Amino acid sequence: MISLSETKKILKDNDPKSLECLAQKAKRLTEQYFGHAISLYAPLYLSNYCSSHCIYCGFNNHNRIKRFKLNLDEMRQEMSYIKNKGIENVLLLTGESYKATPLSYLKDAVTTAKDFFTSISLEVHPMDEKDYHELFLNGADGLTIYQETYDRKRYKQVHVSGKKADYDYRRETPKRAAKAGFRHISLGILLGLSVVADDLWALYKHLAEMEKSFPAVEYSLSFPRLRPIKGENFALCDVDDKTFIKIIALTRTLFPRVGINLSTREPAYLRDHALGLGITRISAESNTSVGGYTLQSPDVQEPQFDIKDNRSVKEIIRALKHRGFDPVLTDWRRIDNR
Amino acid sequence: MISKKSDSLIIAGKKFQSRFLLGTGKFRNKSDVKSCINSSGTQIVTVALRRVDVERHEENILKYIPKNVTLLINTSGARNAKEAVRIAHLAKESGCGNWIKIEVINDSKYLLPDNFETIKAAEQLVKDGFIVLPYVSPDLNVARELVKVGSSTVMPLGSLIGSRQGIRTKELIQILIDEIDVPIIVDAGIGAPSQAAEAMEMGADAVLINTAVATALDPVAAAKSFALAITAGRLAHLSGMAQRAASAQASSPLTGFLYEQS
Repeated sequence: MISLSETKKILKDNDPKSLECLAQKAKRLTEQYFGHAISLYAPLYLSNYCSSHCIYCGFNNHNRIKRFKLNLDEMRQEMSYIKNKGIENVLLLTGESYKATPLSYLKDAVTTAKDFFTSISLEVHPMDEKDYHELFLNGADGLTIYQETYDRKRYKQVHVSGKKADYDYRRETPKRAAKAGFRHISLGILLGLSVVADDLWALYKHLAEMEKSFPAVEYSLSFPRLRPIKGENFALCDVDDKTFIKIIALTRTLFPRVGINLSTREPAYLRDHALGLGITRISAESNTSVGGYTLQSPDVQEPQFDIKDNRSVKEIIRALKHRGFDPVLTDWRRIDNR
Repeated sequence: MISKKSDSLIIAGKKFQSRFLLGTGKFRNKSDVKSCINSSGTQIVTVALRRVDVERHEENILKYIPKNVTLLINTSGARNAKEAVRIAHLAKESGCGNWIKIEVINDSKYLLPDNFETIKAAEQLVKDGFIVLPYVSPDLNVARELVKVGSSTVMPLGSLIGSRQGIRTKELIQILIDEIDVPIIVDAGIGAPSQAAEAMEMGADAVLINTAVATALDPVAAAKSFALAITAGRLAHLSGMAQRAASAQASSPLTGFLYEQS
């Protein structure tokens, strides 16, 4: 396990030669363990109701936005649209409202998604092990749960109220999900929310703990960069492209077999160049508004974050092939988890 | 002269002339897989069911595998025997046949196979009518148990998957070669043709390669080089070269004094 001071030293180092050297090593390791395969997925926002007040999030309960929750017919319509684009791996997302999107709603969503997709992951409010187990038995295989920041003080500042304000419950969430049976667990931090090196190191420590306690889980990491909401910037620091690429490459060298995700939050040119350096899974043709694929016209949509890479699934597949990568649409064939 | 025809690899009663099994993950594109099959003459190809895209013809790996090649579906993603059995059945239902490479991995950090769960899966799948080729860490007792439950081969790892470190488990694999009566196929960790040749010289029946071919700058040439090395290693083994080295006569016999006249 790398030390905090070593992590800080690497992130501070501005020598282009060191970065190039790290990138070359990351490229070799990525090829060795993942070859040229890049998995594709798409997010599907089911609801933007949220009972937490997280100051950096577009869905927070103090934001006066129109709230929507898809019913089963609407879900089917959105799912059918994504499926027709070629997507087999879906990430179902909600705001964190236990009331608006309870377990029963999520179970229905997973059951509906089974008609369309071979692999279903969730990014929803954290819950207890028994609830996660029900979702796993129903057919959900993956869970995304970001701590956002591991700095307790900063965590408290930005998570003002609601269930998400409970730091420890959130940090223990991956353990409960692993105990419940989930195959894929994705951890992450929101880059810029706090001191980057501290958060990155804490994330590595969290991952190392999880690998030791739950070795059967396939892990992946995400490093979304915090973006302004409607012009307001909540970041403590900006994470420039050099640092961002360094984080991806460093992560690959420290955890050679762990997946690294990259969303459409990042622009196409950066995504394309980051591919060989450690990225193993990317989203494609995403929309981050509830009903954004087929139900809401773009002028009334309230996205959780703005999309920077607007290419279609077809265009991304073409770009991947052009760069010598094999786009993987099916990366899991669901089996009965019961 | 050793005839290639009479030296077939026989698995579950089926004869193969090639002793090179090719894995299909990690390639730049699926047409490279087809070209590698052609350049190497491999007759058995492994495919992870989790990656089989049955609905999309263009992206379906099965489309790139010639009909005369035996499809060996692996259970990648299975964490225990129950899941491996389910994946095998799903493969059969999807029209992928009944040849299964059992891969039960309960450890995402080193990707080491779980021998105990693998035995359980093998026992069940043999009962269910599958041809079973289990991937294991080399261990004589485990191999004996696998044979006892009806496995058609034993596939010990040479070193960690994707590591390209060669045969780090040489002594343990040699014991399996010497003691186990079903074909021993060295799987995982072979990163160069010389290492594949080494496995064959030791007396392994076949070798499975994936990463080293898929990540080569020219995978087609790499596949051919492995095929040639495997053939060379096999010939070396059959020639008795290795045995002769092992039983070479000392120039000064230690027991010669017993026969010296006083």
